[in-house]
Amino acid sequence: MSEQPLLLEAHEVAKHFGGVKALQDVSLTIRRGEIYGLIGPNGAGKTTFFNCLTGLYKNESGHFVFDGVRLEADAPHKAAAVGIARTFQNIRLFGNMTAIENVMVGRHLRTRAGVLGAITRNAATRAEEAAITRRAEELLHYVGIHERAHDYAKHLSYGDQRRLEIARALATEPKLLALDEPAAGMNGTETEALRVLVEGICRDGVTVLLIEHDVKLVMGLCRRVAVFDYGEKICEDVPAVVQKDPRVIEAYLGGSVA
Amino acid sequence: MKGQFRRSVAGQRPWLGVLLLTAVLLLVPFVAGLGGQAWVRIANFAILYVFLALGLNIVVGYAGLLDLGYVAFYAVGAYTYALLASPHFGIHLPFWVILPLGAGLACMFGVLLGAPTLKLRGDYLAIVTLGFGEIVRIFMNNLNAPVNITNGAQGITLIDPIRIGDFSFSQSGTIFGITLSGPQKYYFLLVVLALLVIVVNVRLQNSRIGRSWQAIREDEVAAKACGINTRNIKLLAFAMGASFGGIAGGVFAAMQGFVSPESFSLMESITILSMVVLGGMGHIPGVILGAVLLTGLPEVLRYGIEPLQRAVFGRMIVDPESLRMLVFGLALVLVMRFRPAGLWPSSQRLRELAETAD
Repeated sequence: MSEQPLLLEAHEVAKHFGGVKALQDVSLTIRRGEIYGLIGPNGAGKTTFFNCLTGLYKNESGHFVFDGVRLEADAPHKAAAVGIARTFQNIRLFGNMTAIENVMVGRHLRTRAGVLGAITRNAATRAEEAAITRRAEELLHYVGIHERAHDYAKHLSYGDQRRLEIARALATEPKLLALDEPAAGMNGTETEALRVLVEGICRDGVTVLLIEHDVKLVMGLCRRVAVFDYGEKICEDVPAVVQKDPRVIEAYLGGSVA
Repeated sequence: MKGQFRRSVAGQRPWLGVLLLTAVLLLVPFVAGLGGQAWVRIANFAILYVFLALGLNIVVGYAGLLDLGYVAFYAVGAYTYALLASPHFGIHLPFWVILPLGAGLACMFGVLLGAPTLKLRGDYLAIVTLGFGEIVRIFMNNLNAPVNITNGAQGITLIDPIRIGDFSFSQSGTIFGITLSGPQKYYFLLVVLALLVIVVNVRLQNSRIGRSWQAIREDEVAAKACGINTRNIKLLAFAMGASFGGIAGGVFAAMQGFVSPESFSLMESITILSMVVLGGMGHIPGVILGAVLLTGLPEVLRYGIEPLQRAVFGRMIVDPESLRMLVFGLALVLVMRFRPAGLWPSSQRLRELAETAD
């Protein structure tokens, strides 16, 4: 694993909200092709880290290096353009668009047609539109919800919405897929299906950064795990080691050793 | 496969409907002409407003940006035409130069207004655009000193009509053995323009750009995360809408032969917005219906109320003009109360409203 080149480096990233230090000089590295877990109690700064990485927040200090290039991620669409796609903790789909349209929006970044193309509907635009549709269908197949392609996103079941969000993120052709609590609210069967999906995504060459509360899922999936507590990275290692780390146990259980 | 994902596309209608519509569109100016050229002019204005409303529909209906200053772009187009085709400066450029120029200028103003303001949302954007609309009108009103550019409140008169070679749209003439009055000629020109804007609307809606607008309307943060440069895409909607406003303004100036700042009041912006909202935001047939109704009904009232009052009471009791606004307002309130999604809404908007009602 360690021969793989670095994909993402976070260098002392800090983010404050007024007096609250949401992130304190967090540094971590993610290698190409791994599934990297981010765990920690509620409010530990995991989602803040995601938001800084994807340009939704601007970090006060520190920076990210992605694929060898320093990120100037002052806008989310730029982060998406360099190859960082994400999902949201509280699912953010385009509810009144169909499942396939949601994925088609994800293709926006990698397609070109502008106003003139749309109005004249020339051959190039039609071909591109067909390619967008085809790719969107493939992705719906990939995440296993193609039967629901023409249902409105808001009518999908919770688990299917999570999958659709992943499909939409994959449509942007990311190098790094950042999943924010994808298993939240899922039952055992759904979580297991998700595990298989995420493993597949990783096998197909997309590096995965995973925030998750489901410890079993994280331990089963991730090669390496970082633990956040009060905005600091308190531990980073393979799951088996992290699990036994006293600082982690303290963060989760408040000192009383289980 | 193709077209599988399109909703509410006019092309799905049976051919019978298209034929019927063509026949009606062809007959309107002649039927209206029976009641006098004034009615043809009203029909013309109805179509001009269809054009304007569909232009605004791109901004309000598709991209979801509340623009209360749309009339500013209409004014820019109108004044561009007026200044470049009238004795005011002694410049008489042909329409095919001025109309695109007016559209371009309006587009530029759209970008100028949009670039700094599109970070604002909802009410705030509405306030800024409202202010912009007023600024443009006030400029037109006062740009007569020290250098007389717009001729102030007197406006600009004797504007050239649209003319192709010897064929002038303002005079009556005979084509294919049919005698057409000036307004009737303009009618057909306006129908062509309206069809053009309808095609643009439909095609934009079902395109990469149209999907992006919808995505932004649905969830701007998610749209950004999907890699959409929301500022540019919103600016694009603004610029598109403004260009159509500019074209409409040019045609308006040519048709009237006269422009003054009075025509570009806030009321005008609100009327156009009402057409979009009342008819059904984002839904092309709805917007057309809204524009035709809101142009036609007040005129019908204007011409109908006076004889009605004389017949019933033997004299005039209520001034038709004030009654017109009263009925107009009441109609708006009733529609918003009983059909909040508009008279002819898209299934899309119905769902969105159902969602907020939950």
